[in-house]
Amino acid sequence: MQTVLRDAGTFLPILLQGLKFTVLVTLGSLALSTVLGLVWALMRVSGIAWLAFVAKMIVNTLRGIPILVQLFYIYFVFPEFGVALTALQASIIGLGIAYSAYHSENFRAGIEAIDHGQIEAAQSIGMGWFMMMRRVILPQAIKVILPPYGNIMIMMLKDSSQASTITVAELTLQGQILASSTFKNMTVYTLVALLYLSMSLPLIAFVGWLERRFGKGARR
Amino acid sequence: MIELSKVTKSFGSHQVLKGITGSVQRGEVVCLIGPSGSGKSTILRCINGLESYDGGAITVDGAKVDRADRSIVGIRTAMAMVFQRFNLFPHRTALENVVEGPIHVKKEPPAEALARGRDLLARVGLADKFGSYPAQLSGGQMQRVAIARALAMQPKAILFDEPTSALDPELVGEVLGVMKSLAEEGMTMLVVTHEMGFAREVADRVLFLDGGVIVEEGAAREVLSAPRNPRTQDFLRRVLKPI
Ligand SMILES: Nc1ncnc2c1ncn2[C@@H]1O[C@H](COP(=O)(O)OP(=O)(O)O)[C@@H](O)[C@H]1O
Ligand SMILES: [Mg+2]
Repeated sequence: MQTVLRDAGTFLPILLQGLKFTVLVTLGSLALSTVLGLVWALMRVSGIAWLAFVAKMIVNTLRGIPILVQLFYIYFVFPEFGVALTALQASIIGLGIAYSAYHSENFRAGIEAIDHGQIEAAQSIGMGWFMMMRRVILPQAIKVILPPYGNIMIMMLKDSSQASTITVAELTLQGQILASSTFKNMTVYTLVALLYLSMSLPLIAFVGWLERRFGKGARR
Repeated sequence: MIELSKVTKSFGSHQVLKGITGSVQRGEVVCLIGPSGSGKSTILRCINGLESYDGGAITVDGAKVDRADRSIVGIRTAMAMVFQRFNLFPHRTALENVVEGPIHVKKEPPAEALARGRDLLARVGLADKFGSYPAQLSGGQMQRVAIARALAMQPKAILFDEPTSALDPELVGEVLGVMKSLAEEGMTMLVVTHEMGFAREVADRVLFLDGGVIVEEGAAREVLSAPRNPRTQDFLRRVLKPI
């Protein structure tokens, strides 16, 4: 028991180094995927057929390719086209693009849940499309969007471990390196798991709160 | 002010409007009546550019209503609309609903718009409800907020689409009362309604729509008391004596 605690004390600082990159990759790709997802969703509901079609194609393509393959593509294939990215950049962009598809579907569902009468009311007072989205539709859709958005956040936190496959020294990769050099598999991976839980459990609690606050059947 | 000339409109293969010709003069109150599904809402929506039409012409003060043209914004702000189901913005208070268009679409100074918004809400009898959200209001109160929202745009005319049809019977009167006072002040109004008492008392003219055409048109008292067209007679019999 004492050795375990002593080992944990030595490993923790190294794993926390990895944790830093996990947070960086998660937040970076979350920001990018949110913006892109909103763009695809707005294209889908624009009412302009070719825009909607292009967005649908993009989203389906992204959903249809494993995230790992998308990461490899950006990290290993893009340099052949002269776009060389660091592993960290590639992982943020790769996960950001991949997850934009899931955000897009969530945003679209939220927007389409809004009563059509709201669109008519906005148009009848002369609002243009963008103002209607910004001032009428999105503020209402956010209640529908938030709970699933929190769930996607949790998935992204866990999937940031895929960045390890393109050499980003985040939590999982740090753990792997540590375990293979010390053979203390149980101590290392228990710590890694606990560190992920220390981030995901509060998020899960937050989503639970969102669902109670905004989810189906909640009072407006 | 509003002129329709041989307006046609189809949804797929279903021709809803088969050549509608009619007009609303400045200061006039015109009631549009007719059976459910006859295209009354569609006419209002075409005038406001919420819906496109296929043939004929709709003009507002001489300007053609064309949904695809930039001029539609001006026409929409000039033709305010009041909906059957109110369509208030649920995330905004009564006052915010009223000033949304003036401040954000017409870019009026907020202080001015807010002052006018309060006056308008007071005028429809809701001086104590500025900060209430739609969910906290009764149907009659919501529809009066919607009328204040329409008035806040300082429109040339207001289009009403069955404004009392979604209300409990005891709340109909307060909305009709507000509409009547608007009519007395000379507001130009085109009203789709099944309230024959209102039509008889307030309307200058009545248009009866059936089968995609205006089958009868005339002074309110004449059309409602002594309809000449058998379809109008039949409709009025059913509306006035539902059982
Ligand atoms: N967006 C639409 N798509 C297809 N059909 C429609 C649409 N809007 C209205 N209609 C049809 O057009 C006809 C007239 O509708 P409407 O103008 O709402 O009638 P009213 O207001 O007189 O009850 C109805 O048969 C209705 O089903
Ligand atoms: Mg209707």
